[in-house]
Amino acid sequence: MALPLFDVMHDPGPDFTALLEREGLLPALGASDHGITQAHGTTVLALRFSDGVVMAGDRRATEGHAIAHRAMEKVFPADEFSAVAIAGSAGMAIEMVKLFQVQLEHYEKVEGVTLSLQGKANQLAQMVRSHLPLAMQGFVVVPLFCGFDLTRETGRIFTYDAAGGHYEEADFQATGSGGRDARTTIKLGYRDDLNRDEAIELAVLALYEAADADSATGGPDVVRGIFPIVATVTAEGYQRIEDDAIAERFEAAMERRRALHGNAGGTLR
Amino acid sequence: MSMPYYVAPEQVMKDRAEYAQKGIARGRSLVASLYVDGVLLVAENPSKTLHKISEIYDRIAFAGVGKYNEYDQLRVAGIRHADTKGFAYSREDVDARSLANLYAQYLGSVFTHEMKPLEVEILVAELGQGQRPTQLFHVAYEGTITDEDRFAVLGGDAEPIRTSFAERYEAGWDLSAALQAAMGALAGPERTLAPSDLEVAILADADERRAFRRLDDDALAGLL
Repeated sequence: MALPLFDVMHDPGPDFTALLEREGLLPALGASDHGITQAHGTTVLALRFSDGVVMAGDRRATEGHAIAHRAMEKVFPADEFSAVAIAGSAGMAIEMVKLFQVQLEHYEKVEGVTLSLQGKANQLAQMVRSHLPLAMQGFVVVPLFCGFDLTRETGRIFTYDAAGGHYEEADFQATGSGGRDARTTIKLGYRDDLNRDEAIELAVLALYEAADADSATGGPDVVRGIFPIVATVTAEGYQRIEDDAIAERFEAAMERRRALHGNAGGTLR
Repeated sequence: MSMPYYVAPEQVMKDRAEYAQKGIARGRSLVASLYVDGVLLVAENPSKTLHKISEIYDRIAFAGVGKYNEYDQLRVAGIRHADTKGFAYSREDVDARSLANLYAQYLGSVFTHEMKPLEVEILVAELGQGQRPTQLFHVAYEGTITDEDRFAVLGGDAEPIRTSFAERYEAGWDLSAALQAAMGALAGPERTLAPSDLEVAILADADERRAFRRLDDDALAGLL
């Protein structure tokens, strides 16, 4: 490896993806999904609460109708004040998240300041858009992005489509195969003034319902002790909720449902 | 046919070295020292935005003295090298030694082959972990590289600062003591420095992956 120096006219600036391109390290496009089995990640969601955002995702990845991984992580810190979750072609999605994380840190180190939350959201949109040729061949990656906006002092959520379009959501969003069930559940339980604890509980219930109705979404795996990942982003930064605390909430929900033969019993709980 | 002027290589090198030294001497100096929790970097720098000290990677910091645009270019190249390497291999494969070697080769080749040598002196500091010791790599304008395991002084006026800092140095001292010694050494016998004249950063283990932290004026006032 040589020292990566560029003349002024060809300098990639703080753009890490452009740097990888110059160094010839970006993977070549042009693959086809014929005959390739690829793992798919399923349900991820984000919802706003009074102090920030909750983001959550199940742990299952599928290959066709088979379960490929039971403990996959789909919720990641993008940097100190934002998080990204992925649904879709798992290998590509995780690579995209890794690149996104490095890109944000790279920008921060080169420029000496962090990108605004809107800037981070736009950056991710560009990555999804540049991925379009692969998306056309079946390797679709649909991220969900959220963070705490330090200038507006509020949590914000952004969704994406495969073409790189991105849209800011008012209150909540869920994507992936179980996204519809998760969305309906959140809609039924959502209020503007949810506190952190209530928002985490709602995220847990939404994932429970998604796993209950969608075969590709993994529910709480009590045998192996694998539970969905839940994280919050607030003015204090990204914080992943302890597995034990999440396990307790799922155990409690299952206990209630067991008493009512699988139903919620009149209220969302 | 006219003959090209002959200049002895010794003379060429001497002239270039003098030129680089003069350029470096125009700027203020910098002290880096090990302390009980990691590495302390102190630069005399009245600017709050044009940094002399910066983060390269999780456990690696960069410091430069001399001509700002030249060491800043090297700083950015270092970040690029580290981020690319960490992305292609793994975060733990990024180390200060290989980066310092690249800097040394580049500075050496510019010094020998280009019209003008770079008027910079740089330092690559790495916070140790496991088998890797905490180290300071000092690279001079002509590519000479030295590794220090106690402290390093960079800048045109380095000799008296080095002597004065060496007298105060104690192995395993705390942050406050190291900072006071660095401030005293940088100020010299005739001046005193205030926190606002300094740029200070540390490499120290915390709960986070990234060990680099800047200390602002309030934090410095608390330590002094």
